Amino acid sequence: MNYVSETIWLAIGTFLALLGAAFAHDSLFQAHMWVLFFTLLISTILLMRRISFTPPTPAQIAAKQSEYFDEVIRYGTVATMFWGIVGFLVGVVIALQLAFPDLNIEPWFNFGRMRPLHTSGVIFAFGGNALLATSFYVVQRTCRARLFGGNLAWFVFWGYQLFIIMAATGYLLGITQSREYAEPEWYVDIWLTIVWVAYLVVFLGTIIKRREPHIYVANWFYLGFIVTIAMLHVVNNLAIPASFLGVKSYSAFSGVQDALTQWWYGHNAVGFFLTAGFLGMMYYFIPKQVNRPVYSYRLSIIHFWALIFMYIWAGPHHLHYTALPDWAQTLGMVFSIMLWMPSWGGMINGLMTLSGAWDKIRTDPIVRMMIMAVAFYGMATFEGPMMSIKAVNSLSHYTDWTIGHVHSGALGWNGLITFGALYFMVPKLWNRERLYSVRMVNWHFWLATLGIVVYAAVMWVAGVQQGLMWREYDDQGFLVYSFAETVAAMLPYYVLRAIGGGLYLAGALIMAFNITMTILGHQRDEAPIGGSLPKAPSKSPALQPAE
Amino acid sequence: MSILDKHHYIERNATLLLVGSLLVVSIGGIVEIAPLFYLQNTIEKVEGMRPYSPLELAGRNIYVREGCYVCHSQMIRPFRDEVERYGHYSLAAESMYDHSFQWGSKRTGPDLARVGDRYSNEWHVQHLTEPRDVVPESVMPSYAFLKETPLKITDVSMDLKANRSVGVPYTDEMIASAKADLTAQADPNADTSALLARYPKAKVGDFDGDATKLTEMDALVAYLQMLGTLVDFSTYDDAAGYR
Amino acid sequence: MEFYTAMRHFADSWGLLAMTLFFLGVLVFTLRPGGKASADEAAQIPLKED
Repeated sequence: MNYVSETIWLAIGTFLALLGAAFAHDSLFQAHMWVLFFTLLISTILLMRRISFTPPTPAQIAAKQSEYFDEVIRYGTVATMFWGIVGFLVGVVIALQLAFPDLNIEPWFNFGRMRPLHTSGVIFAFGGNALLATSFYVVQRTCRARLFGGNLAWFVFWGYQLFIIMAATGYLLGITQSREYAEPEWYVDIWLTIVWVAYLVVFLGTIIKRREPHIYVANWFYLGFIVTIAMLHVVNNLAIPASFLGVKSYSAFSGVQDALTQWWYGHNAVGFFLTAGFLGMMYYFIPKQVNRPVYSYRLSIIHFWALIFMYIWAGPHHLHYTALPDWAQTLGMVFSIMLWMPSWGGMINGLMTLSGAWDKIRTDPIVRMMIMAVAFYGMATFEGPMMSIKAVNSLSHYTDWTIGHVHSGALGWNGLITFGALYFMVPKLWNRERLYSVRMVNWHFWLATLGIVVYAAVMWVAGVQQGLMWREYDDQGFLVYSFAETVAAMLPYYVLRAIGGGLYLAGALIMAFNITMTILGHQRDEAPIGGSLPKAPSKSPALQPAE
Repeated sequence: MSILDKHHYIERNATLLLVGSLLVVSIGGIVEIAPLFYLQNTIEKVEGMRPYSPLELAGRNIYVREGCYVCHSQMIRPFRDEVERYGHYSLAAESMYDHSFQWGSKRTGPDLARVGDRYSNEWHVQHLTEPRDVVPESVMPSYAFLKETPLKITDVSMDLKANRSVGVPYTDEMIASAKADLTAQADPNADTSALLARYPKAKVGDFDGDATKLTEMDALVAYLQMLGTLVDFSTYDDAAGYR
Repeated sequence: MEFYTAMRHFADSWGLLAMTLFFLGVLVFTLRPGGKASADEAAQIPLKED
């Protein structure tokens, strides 16, 4: 293909990065610009090698206009898998750092710098690529239209990878705004804004040129996610840089207003990035995998509007009993509790899609994975409202209970539904008859589930114990434990947590192997999963026994 | 039924869907966040709050850079055990010059909102260099490199100016003398009377145990030692501050 | 402070009522019998083809 203008833009960017490194205001900005320079330089060289001056044949042009744009989704699928393993691995490392502090390697690999690497790695690199890939997959197939904007989808994909690289290297260098899940500094934020607008253009453009009268509800969730994240990202990252060639910026807000703005963002990173977007996945991939329509389409419409309206209010529950005014805390608590209803409405809708085909939970490990994801969605969205009740929160806040809650949602809901979607998409995207191995999916399922259960249970006990120890008084009215004693009491839990995370990582490695072999075109010679009807393996795909 | 028949416009028009969802998600933020900026009782009236001195600000930026907020909160809740453990519960006014706020969300380590004046400079330096030397149970990483790293700031007055543009009341005088104040605060031989007039209650003198060098350790300890020490609670009325 | 109290009263009374009515309206509107056919049609979209 012809990439002349793209290469020129990249070369200009490379040169600007070099200038940035040369005239940097501080040493961190200089180091970060060198990272950018080498990243862009390598990209420019790689792209230059792909330039072809032969004009495309009419057949190629026709294909570019009529077929689905799946090449970018294939890249997105591999990126999801790759970043997922990186993110999980860093998670296991920092879990071990908390148990064995000697594993901290100062300054770059200290816990304080690694933790944002883990959170951003799993949320934005793993989750973000999963959302990019699946949203492009779903929107084309439910609109029956090729992605809008030609190569703009490539810009979205590679631009997003550049954001991930800049954010990740920035954290290790110590470049952070100290806003949880929004740590990247101002110039990386501006870049993400540009990429995100391009994403909105591609997605909305595809919906507008659709050949289907209805906009399928999965696309509502994706669209709601894209628009809201744009709003949250821009407002939360408003800041004044100390120098336009330096890393440091100062938030436009301060203290109490800044705290609520950040948690309005932070909670809705959960609500829209990790919930609305992934619900889009649920509303497409579960019906596809079980081959029947969603249980109630009209319930899904109510689910959508109620969810997006209520989630946005829930942020203050991160600030219970702080210096935030009481009225805002109460409002946050009330809406968090009300959120329980749309969340469970959506969960029931997802689960009941299987009505009449419940046997697939036994016979199809991919269905089992998706259903377990929805079950964890239900559990996490029950626990969340409970923890937002002020009396409960007074115990749970600042403890590892919160960490356990987050992971039952992230590993259980986001992880499992993503794995299910990947297992569904990969054979279709690479035109394979079936996965390399369905039995390995089963292994992945059990390793992941066991890992989550260990993780969540251990962190729950750890959090409750820690909270109770902090507030324990003896009969003479003295605090029983020093803070250091409560830290020492956490050691066994921190070790067990690392084991839970390790199991989950092992499952993901099995998936990576399975998917790689599928892409390479291999099929494992294996007995079908017990309970499924015997059939000729070469004719009917094992993925959809109902067809 | 004529209104009901219009339903498909929302369902079939992508732009309407976009605008509709943007409206729906805007309401919560407008109702919850916007009032905090104009309701006067959001931030209590207290005596003693002042902007950070240049050295404290530099130390605060190191605190941010190293991700201390990941394990340490700076927000004491109004519970008996927290007030006994850490001191008076935190007021909104105490973080009014914090861009960004450092309230934190997790206490892997203790709250630091009032850690100032609790330990000696020597304790902090030793603790940051090798935490388990002074607290055997600690799981904190070592920050020994701070003591070896000179405090390099190209032009600290630019940081003060950026803070002023987002609302911190730095005066022209503070900005003009920022660079001198930065070095004077950690220099035991400097005349600090002008500095202390600009930044009352600032801790002065050598912080890291090596008076010959201005290091990142000096800045961080200067910041830690002033945390929670500014507000005069003898003049603060809890009941009037409640909202 | 006066303004704060007024807002507080509004939120506790008419604001609450308006939001409840709007929510009920959305429910009735979405679940009205006339919408079933088009909802069923939309639900089939993912299953039509690949």
